[in-house]
Amino acid sequence: MNGRAPAGEPKPVIPVVVWPGSNDDRDAVLALEQLGAVSRRVWHTDEELPRGTAAVVLPGGFSYGDYLRCGAIARFSPILRAVEAFAASGGLVLGICNGFQILTEAGLLPGALRPNESLSFVCRDVPLRVARSDTPFTSRCAEGQELTIPVKHGDGCWFANEAMLEELEEAEQVLLRYAAGANPNGAVADVAGVLNSDGNVFGLMPHPEHAVDPLLGSTDGAAILGSLVDAARLSLAARV
Amino acid sequence: MLVRPKPGILDPQGQAVESSLRHLGFDVGEARVGRLVDVDVATEDRDEALAQLERMCEQLLTNPLIESYEIALEHV
Repeated sequence: MNGRAPAGEPKPVIPVVVWPGSNDDRDAVLALEQLGAVSRRVWHTDEELPRGTAAVVLPGGFSYGDYLRCGAIARFSPILRAVEAFAASGGLVLGICNGFQILTEAGLLPGALRPNESLSFVCRDVPLRVARSDTPFTSRCAEGQELTIPVKHGDGCWFANEAMLEELEEAEQVLLRYAAGANPNGAVADVAGVLNSDGNVFGLMPHPEHAVDPLLGSTDGAAILGSLVDAARLSLAARV
Repeated sequence: MLVRPKPGILDPQGQAVESSLRHLGFDVGEARVGRLVDVDVATEDRDEALAQLERMCEQLLTNPLIESYEIALEHV
């Protein structure tokens, strides 16, 4: 396993939120722990994040059965108030797939996720291009690096209107794009992941937590989650 | 409350419906698929009902970036 925390360094606490219908929470916890964090699952009705939380992950799945719109109902859960407050104070928040959908519905990330252009559920490895390496979510990547990470979603077609997209491109908030010709869902401008304007909230459709162990093929997901663990550890050090 | 994908938003469901209708021999233009939400509101006051339904649309039933809505009131 690449990127283990050096022995003796304090481990950052990175909880993973669970909603009814979340299904990637256990993989996320396992991946974060393998990469050197202390992780545990927290229930969506909790009103506070665990003491000492250094980053939060909103996992993939189908919260509330994807009823109405993906993420539309989960955004009203009590834990989201705590996540919003955490993000507002500069805390690191990562949303994966359904977690990304929840963050856009909550207004913490720009854009919206719509049904795939093909109307089919897609489940496969996709090549991605990392735009920047100077963020808490991509520090272990090189600028322009290609990562192979699986997607599995029915509603991954990211949308923003022209004005919004222009603004995001200008501010370099599109961190992750599907490689040319590999867009699996019809997302505008091949967007696979976007960063908020403050640089502390990131959402992506691909599943880095499914790509941290060589047994499952790619370990490129560790580049994203490992970056988060590094940044969380740094924020821990800064707080002491 | 009638929720629709805004003009210009890709609507693959609408496209699938459109192509099926054409297959059946209907000479149709663009088809768009939205969502109908029926709600009983416990007030006799028309303006109050309308205000409540509008808030429901704004807060939960639509995502303003991609959807628009229309409200129709019916007295029961």
